[in-house]
Amino acid sequence: MTTPSTLTDVTPTDTAPQPGFSTWLRFALMWLVLCGLAYPTVTTLLAGSLFPAQANGSLITRNGQVVGSALVGQTFSGAGDFIGRPSAAGSGYDPVNASGSNLAPSNPELRKRVRELSAQIAKREGIPANQIPADLVTASGSGLDPHISPAGAEVQVARVAQARDLSEDRVRELITASTERGPLGLGGVGVNVLKLNLALDAAAPGTGR
Amino acid sequence: MDILLTYLLAFGLAVPLGFLIAHLYAAPASRFTAGLLRVCGVDASRGMGWRHYGAALIGTNVVLGLTAYLIYVLQGALPLNPDGIANMRWDTALHTTASFITNTNQQHYSGQSGLSYFSQLVAIVTLQFVTPAVGMAALFAVLRGLKGQTNVGNYYLDVTRAVGVLVPSAFVLALLLTSQGVPSTYGGAKVAQLVEAQTVEGQAVTTQTIPVGPVAAMVAIKQLGTNGGGWYGPNSSVPLENPTPLSNLFSMVSIIVFPISLVFASGLFLNRRRFGGAIIAVMSVTSAALTFGAVMAERQPNAALLGLAAPGGNFEGKEVRLGTDATALWASLTTQTSNGSVAGMHDSFNPLGGLVPQLGMFLNDVYGGIGVGMINMLVFVVLTVFIAGLMVGRTPELFGRKIEVREIKLASLIILLQPLLVLGFTAATVSVPGVTGNSNPGFHGLSQVLYEYNSAYANNGSGFEGLGDNTPWWNVTCAIVLILARFLPILGPLAIAGLLAGKKAAPETSGTLRVDTPIFAGMLLSVMLLLQLLNFAPTLVLGPVAEQLTLQTTTPTTGVQK
Repeated sequence: MTTPSTLTDVTPTDTAPQPGFSTWLRFALMWLVLCGLAYPTVTTLLAGSLFPAQANGSLITRNGQVVGSALVGQTFSGAGDFIGRPSAAGSGYDPVNASGSNLAPSNPELRKRVRELSAQIAKREGIPANQIPADLVTASGSGLDPHISPAGAEVQVARVAQARDLSEDRVRELITASTERGPLGLGGVGVNVLKLNLALDAAAPGTGR
Repeated sequence: MDILLTYLLAFGLAVPLGFLIAHLYAAPASRFTAGLLRVCGVDASRGMGWRHYGAALIGTNVVLGLTAYLIYVLQGALPLNPDGIANMRWDTALHTTASFITNTNQQHYSGQSGLSYFSQLVAIVTLQFVTPAVGMAALFAVLRGLKGQTNVGNYYLDVTRAVGVLVPSAFVLALLLTSQGVPSTYGGAKVAQLVEAQTVEGQAVTTQTIPVGPVAAMVAIKQLGTNGGGWYGPNSSVPLENPTPLSNLFSMVSIIVFPISLVFASGLFLNRRRFGGAIIAVMSVTSAALTFGAVMAERQPNAALLGLAAPGGNFEGKEVRLGTDATALWASLTTQTSNGSVAGMHDSFNPLGGLVPQLGMFLNDVYGGIGVGMINMLVFVVLTVFIAGLMVGRTPELFGRKIEVREIKLASLIILLQPLLVLGFTAATVSVPGVTGNSNPGFHGLSQVLYEYNSAYANNGSGFEGLGDNTPWWNVTCAIVLILARFLPILGPLAIAGLLAGKKAAPETSGTLRVDTPIFAGMLLSVMLLLQLLNFAPTLVLGPVAEQLTLQTTTPTTGVQK
């Protein structure tokens, strides 16, 4: 059962006395230096110089001040703002305490949380509960999800347009501009809430929180 | 789309990679490698018998483990600690050491607040390179034994070869990930002014602290080395660790590419490509079935939302940019391969969606951890050859060498170790009130405990993360499971291969039981599934299956469910 190109192993046949503790230690130290110090240093410095913005946390600045990261959501509550998903990270969107709820579908606590939030959103947006997109009442895995679904943004358009004194179409334009998707239909489609609210601030100054 | 592209890309990369690896392990040491090893006092031109090989494996792991433990408990006083992280508690450090020396990366701490940069890099990243390399080395030692060589290779050289493949791969992946937004800096955490100031417990909060660091370098090897331990606590669900659908694709391909390539490499190295193909087929059929199950389950609505939101996939614990399909696919792949990184919280999966990761870890050889997955599969091959031999009344033999009492005893012990440790510790834990640390009541609570030990045994590292597992009980018991489940299933097969190599080979005739036919592949699949199902079905019925059944009877289903 040989194949046309046979792979010949040239492993030597000598089995001499084996090295011991001092070799184990040197072997361990060698990898600590090569893999633990050399590899990350070279990689990090090169990646940082090739992609400086991404390497530093994709920060967003306004008037010279860092106001957040494009990759990390923030808590919003104002009538003129789009409101993100519930967050289980610390007191809400706290990256140091990033976390999901880890509540199982069978856990009554999850049902309780969803019921309260669902009622709140239904009242806020003036829509029946069974029209609330699922992402608006579920906590993300990281607790930092910067996105809501396009459907989750659509149900908030009327309220935001009124509070900002903008036309609904104008608000929808801004939503489209803040919508992010992967190439080739990969992953999901998300509206970046922080970017959207900053764009609203710019489009209708002084109507924010 | 995610599913198709992930499998296609992974296979496209795995074939040439497997070719390269097989040839690397068959070639003599390069001058550079030999020079490196000479510094350590190793003569790269000398081979070892299986006992010496095993001793060197244990020896280097013990030394590396001790070094890592010391770094964790002293990190507060060590350099590269811009965020002022404190020393680790003894039991957490013990568990962390056991977890990272075994290629598991089960984490009972949260990376961004529990480890200094020095610990993350020197003590975590080093082990994330060396442990998959040890797995790969062990696989080639076993393969050499199966080829009939009593000299199974040079352990130090084999590990070095593997690291030599992993480092450039990780380097490329790290650059790709940074381009998508994964941080790469030695600077400390960033502070942003919140757009809307918050009030928390009467205190005004106006800023958001965003932990960064040399994240990309670590995440790259975390994915490629079937490691799974993330920089941030919630792993690759965190947008800083997995920012876009594209980074998600890169990560998922990286999870499976080495495990798949090693199956191809094994076929080439044994000069039995058809055998490699048969194994790939068995693994891929199982992998596809598991993925299908997970994706379908997570497309169903979360039962807690019934009547309270529009119908749609289960988004609790999942990220909008990834969607339910890609998250379920990730869950399926990461548990098949002993990777254990997650892109969503498995604890919040629908019961049957959460069952898939448990099945993947019970099997632990589809495609399995680097090196060890293929080794686990070879144990099942030995067992299947034995059973098939008995069925047709022939002396069971593998590659021309007789499988006898000692080999079968070893193989059986390795297979029995899993239910013994996983079910034994699960039973012990649930029978002592107050130690479980469950965050979810009822049947799901049992699933949480089972998952933790299952993950420890499979050297996987994912978890039902609601579990309050940073306690001395959990840390110590998991450490025991981790260590035994890593080293015995490496040393056992190494011994089997070593023993087989010492036997005289009989020429293969028309009467030989062939191990590269579709019939044998089917037999192997049945033996593997039946054994694991018999071992674990009762517990699964009490956990996820019971949870699913109660959900459907106690929630209103009229008019809302799709």
